[in-house]
Amino acid sequence: MAIRERKARTGAIPEGGMADIAFLLLVFFLVTTTIDMDKGVGIILPAEGQEIEINKKNILNCLISASGAVLLGGEPVEMKNLTRKVQDELRANDKLIISVKAHEKAEYDVYIEVLDQLKMAKATRISIAETE
Amino acid sequence: MKFRRKSGVESKISTSSMPDIIFMLLIFFMVTTVLRKHSGLPVSLPKAERIEKLESKRHTSDIWVSKDGLISIEDKLYDKDGVRYVMYEKRAADPQLTVSLKADRAARMEIISSIHSELRKADALKLNYSTKVKVPN
Repeated sequence: MAIRERKARTGAIPEGGMADIAFLLLVFFLVTTTIDMDKGVGIILPAEGQEIEINKKNILNCLISASGAVLLGGEPVEMKNLTRKVQDELRANDKLIISVKAHEKAEYDVYIEVLDQLKMAKATRISIAETE
Repeated sequence: MKFRRKSGVESKISTSSMPDIIFMLLIFFMVTTVLRKHSGLPVSLPKAERIEKLESKRHTSDIWVSKDGLISIEDKLYDKDGVRYVMYEKRAADPQLTVSLKADRAARMEIISSIHSELRKADALKLNYSTKVKVPN
């Protein structure tokens, strides 16, 4: 009677597929992650109780009315001309502070557009006044 | 004349450490991803050209303002005067805090302005108006 030889069993886990599994996991995570970077117009608010007196002639008022019209220094300005106007004013007086004041019924969209235009005109001193 | 046998140089790249490399990449991505914690309010953000990126998500706190004037922080609704207390605590916990204001484009300035004054009272002064990118024309 022939004794059957035992099959030699190896206890090793096949490692060939490991890389594939890890790749699959990696791809899954890459696909499911949504990268939504927050972007926006940055501004630093003044600290509470730090109001400083500023010479009247260094202030340029920029008013936004309830209907969305923009007044720069008392004169109505169209949005597309705002950057140029502000640049002109800044060239004349580099200490100029632009004070943005919006009517309480004005739309946020217009306000952001004004801020954007001011940033485009490289106005660094922007002050946000309380609504009226 | 004898031909010399070419020395057999193994030109295979060893793939046995491949899983380790891939796992390391996987772990790197898992650690660096910050999952979105809050769903916020449905808002359509305004658009702007001169935008800047927020430095870090970890130091950012969001305030959502819908067009109806609802204010939401971390999926809880607050009224105008409630913002100050929440933001004060956040500011105390993280001095580098930047507030990201996600307001609807049709929101009224009255509510934005009251948030301004609330944030000033809470001493959270770094503010970022969240916008979309406008393509310059």
